[in-house]
Amino acid sequence: MQITSPAFKRNAHAALGDAELQKALGNVRSGFIDKRLKAVEALPEFDRLRDSARAIKNHALDNLDLYLEAYEEKVRDAGGHVHWAETAADARRIVLDICRAAGAKTVTKGKSMITEEIALNGFLEENGIRPVETDLGEYIIQLRGEHPSHIIAPAVHLTKDQVEADFRRVHGHLPADRDLSEHEALLYEARRVLRPAYFDADVGITGANFLVAETGTSIIVTNEGNGDLTQILPKVHVVVASIEKIVPTLEDAAQILRVLARSATGQEMSVYTTLSTGPRRPGDPDGPEQYHVVLIDNGRSAMLGTEFQDMLRCIRCGACMNHCPVYHAVGGHAYGWVYPGPMGAVLTPSLIGVDKGGHLPNASTFCGRCESVCPMKIPLPKMMRHWREREFERGLNPAVQRSGLKLWAFFARRPRLYGAVTGLVAPLLSAFGRRKGRFTKLPLAGGWTEFRDLPAPQGRTFMQQVARDRRAR
Amino acid sequence: MTQLELPLPEPGPRVGLFVTCLVDLFRPSVGFAAIRLMEDAGCTVEVPRAQTCCGQPAYNSGDRADARAIAENTIRAFEGFDYVVVPSGSCAGMLRKHYPALFAGDAEWQGRAAAFSAKVFELVSFLVDVLAVESVAASVGEAVTYHDSCSGLRELGISRQPRALLRSVEGLELIEMQDADVCCGFGGTFCVKYPDISNAIVARKTDSIRASGARTLLAGDLGCLMNMAGKLKREGSSVEVRHVAEVLAGMVDTPPIGGRG
Repeated sequence: MQITSPAFKRNAHAALGDAELQKALGNVRSGFIDKRLKAVEALPEFDRLRDSARAIKNHALDNLDLYLEAYEEKVRDAGGHVHWAETAADARRIVLDICRAAGAKTVTKGKSMITEEIALNGFLEENGIRPVETDLGEYIIQLRGEHPSHIIAPAVHLTKDQVEADFRRVHGHLPADRDLSEHEALLYEARRVLRPAYFDADVGITGANFLVAETGTSIIVTNEGNGDLTQILPKVHVVVASIEKIVPTLEDAAQILRVLARSATGQEMSVYTTLSTGPRRPGDPDGPEQYHVVLIDNGRSAMLGTEFQDMLRCIRCGACMNHCPVYHAVGGHAYGWVYPGPMGAVLTPSLIGVDKGGHLPNASTFCGRCESVCPMKIPLPKMMRHWREREFERGLNPAVQRSGLKLWAFFARRPRLYGAVTGLVAPLLSAFGRRKGRFTKLPLAGGWTEFRDLPAPQGRTFMQQVARDRRAR
Repeated sequence: MTQLELPLPEPGPRVGLFVTCLVDLFRPSVGFAAIRLMEDAGCTVEVPRAQTCCGQPAYNSGDRADARAIAENTIRAFEGFDYVVVPSGSCAGMLRKHYPALFAGDAEWQGRAAAFSAKVFELVSFLVDVLAVESVAASVGEAVTYHDSCSGLRELGISRQPRALLRSVEGLELIEMQDADVCCGFGGTFCVKYPDISNAIVARKTDSIRASGARTLLAGDLGCLMNMAGKLKREGSSVEVRHVAEVLAGMVDTPPIGGRG
C-alpha cells in the first residue's frame, strides 16, 4: 500500500475536518475504554497476568531462534509445510506460488494485519486471484477499496449509515425497502454474500495470534467464526505470520489469551479461539488437505537486541490506540501506513524507516495512557522518544525546530545568562499583556495563538523576585 | 563537668525548590504558594539560583546531549538538600524518573543522578506522602474541578493527594469532571508542532470543564493550565484557571491564569 506517513500533518488536518469520521471516532472513545475497564476490574490478578505475559514474550524473544526451529519441526511432524520469508516480497511470492500450485481462482481471508503489511491482496489481484475478506469489517473496507484504520476494528472509521450506503451500492440485488438500519441486518447481509465464497475458495489464508513451539500449533481468535470457515473449508490453509508470534507452550498462549481479549474488546475471551495443527489427518471429519505456514521476518530480527526489541512483545490488542487522545482526534488512516496509534508510532519507523515514519513518534503528547493499558507493558512513549533521538542524531527534524531548540538550550545550559534574558523578557511581555492578562496574537507564537490565547507573564520572574530573599542560594 | 541538656527544636527538612521554567517566567505566584505551603508544614525552603529548566524540551526532542548538560547543572545545584520539590508533575517526573537514564554508561554520574532523583518530589504529593499533611488552613469559597496532568498521574501516581487537600479547604466544593484523567493536548512542544491536533484534544477537555459546572479549574502543571486557560479564554468562557498550589495556600488574590473576564 502507498505510504503517506510523511504527509501525516496533512492527513491529520483532513481527518479533523471530516465530520463523518469524527462522528465514527466517537465510538472508539466511548465503547472500548469502558468495556476494557470493566473486564480488568473484574479480574483482580489482571496486573500480575500482565507481568506474566510480558515475561513469557521476553523469554520467547530472547530465544527466538530456538523456538522457531522447534516450531518448524513440529509443524513438519504434523504434516505441514513451513516457508521462511525474509521480506514482504518473499512472502507475497511464496503465497502466490502456493495458490498457483493449488490452481486457485478465489482465496478467502481471515482478518490479518500481516497480510496488510505485505500488501497481499493487491498482489494476488494483479496475478488473477480474487481475495475475499471474510471478517465483516475487512469485508466492508474491501468493498470501499480502503485499508484498516484500526488493528482490531478495521472499519471503525465508518458510520453505520456509510456502510448501509456501500452495501446498497455494491449488493445490486438488495430491494430498496430492505431494512439495513441495524448492525445485525448488515452482518446478515454480509454473511449471505460471503457464504458462497467459502465454498468457492481453493485456498484459505489466515494470520495467527500465536504460534506454539511445543506443538506446532497456530492459534487465531475471532468473534465471527469466519476464521474457522476460512481455514477449514478450502483444500489449502495458509497461515501467514510474523516471527515474533511465537510462544513456547500452549500454557503460555493460554496465559496471554487471558489479557488479550480483555485489553482489546473487554471480553473475557473472544468468541472463537481456534487452534490448528497441520492438515487433515486420516479420520478427521474436516480440514484442509495442505497446511502451510509462511514465517515472515520483514524487519523484525533487526529490532532484536536494540532499544526497540520490547515492541516485538505486542499482541495487537489495540488498547493503546483505543486510549490515545491523538488517535481519538485523527483516526487511523492519518498515520499513513498499516499500523496506527501508539504501537504504529513505534513499529512503523522500524519497518519503513524513520525517514518516512518520523512524524508518528513525534505526534504524541507522551500522556502515557497507552503504556498504562498495554497488556504487555510495552514502554511505548520511551520508544517513541528513542525514535526522536535517532531522528535528531541523523538531523532529520525540520531545521527551524533544530535551531530553535539549540538556541533555547544554549541559554538553558547557562543559568546566569538565562536569568538575565528571562529577566528582560518576562517584565516586557507582562507589560504588553497587562490589560487583558493574555495575548490573542504574538510574533513567533502562531502555533499557540492560532487556536488559543497565550496567558501573559505576571511580571518579574520568580528568580528576580527571590534574588534578594533570604531563601536565595 | 555536667552537661546541661536543652531540648532543641527539631529542624524541619531542608528543601530545595525547583520552581520550573514556566512558573519562573509566567507565574511566580505558584512558586510563592509552594514556599508558603512547605514553610507552613515546617520545612526550610531555599531557592538555588543555578536553575533554569528541567531539560524536557531537549530530552523529548531527542537531544540527549543538551538534556544531559542541563541535568548536570540541576543535580549540582540541588545535591545538598534533603528534598528537591517541584510544583509540576511533569518536571518532577523528568527529574525523578528520567534523569538517571540520561547517564547510562557513566557510573559516577549515574550514581549521583540516582541519589538526586530519590529526593525529588512533586509539591502536593510531597506535602501529603512525605510530610503527612492532612489539611491546609486555606479558605476559598468556590466550586472547583481538578484536571489530572498526565505525567504526575501516570509517572508519579498523583491523584488522591491533591483531592484530599482540596477537600480540607474551607468553603471549597470539588466537582469531578468527566475524563479528568485524559490528556489536555499540551504535550510540551507537541502543542506547537501539531497545533490542530492539540486544539482538537483541548477542545474536548474544555467541553468537560464547562459541563462540570465548576467556576474554577485547577491542576498541578502550569503547561497544561496555560493550554486549558488559553483555550477557555479563546472560547469566551468565564471559568477561572489556577495552579492547585495557589488555592491550597489560600493565595487567590492574584488574577487567574490568562486574566479575568
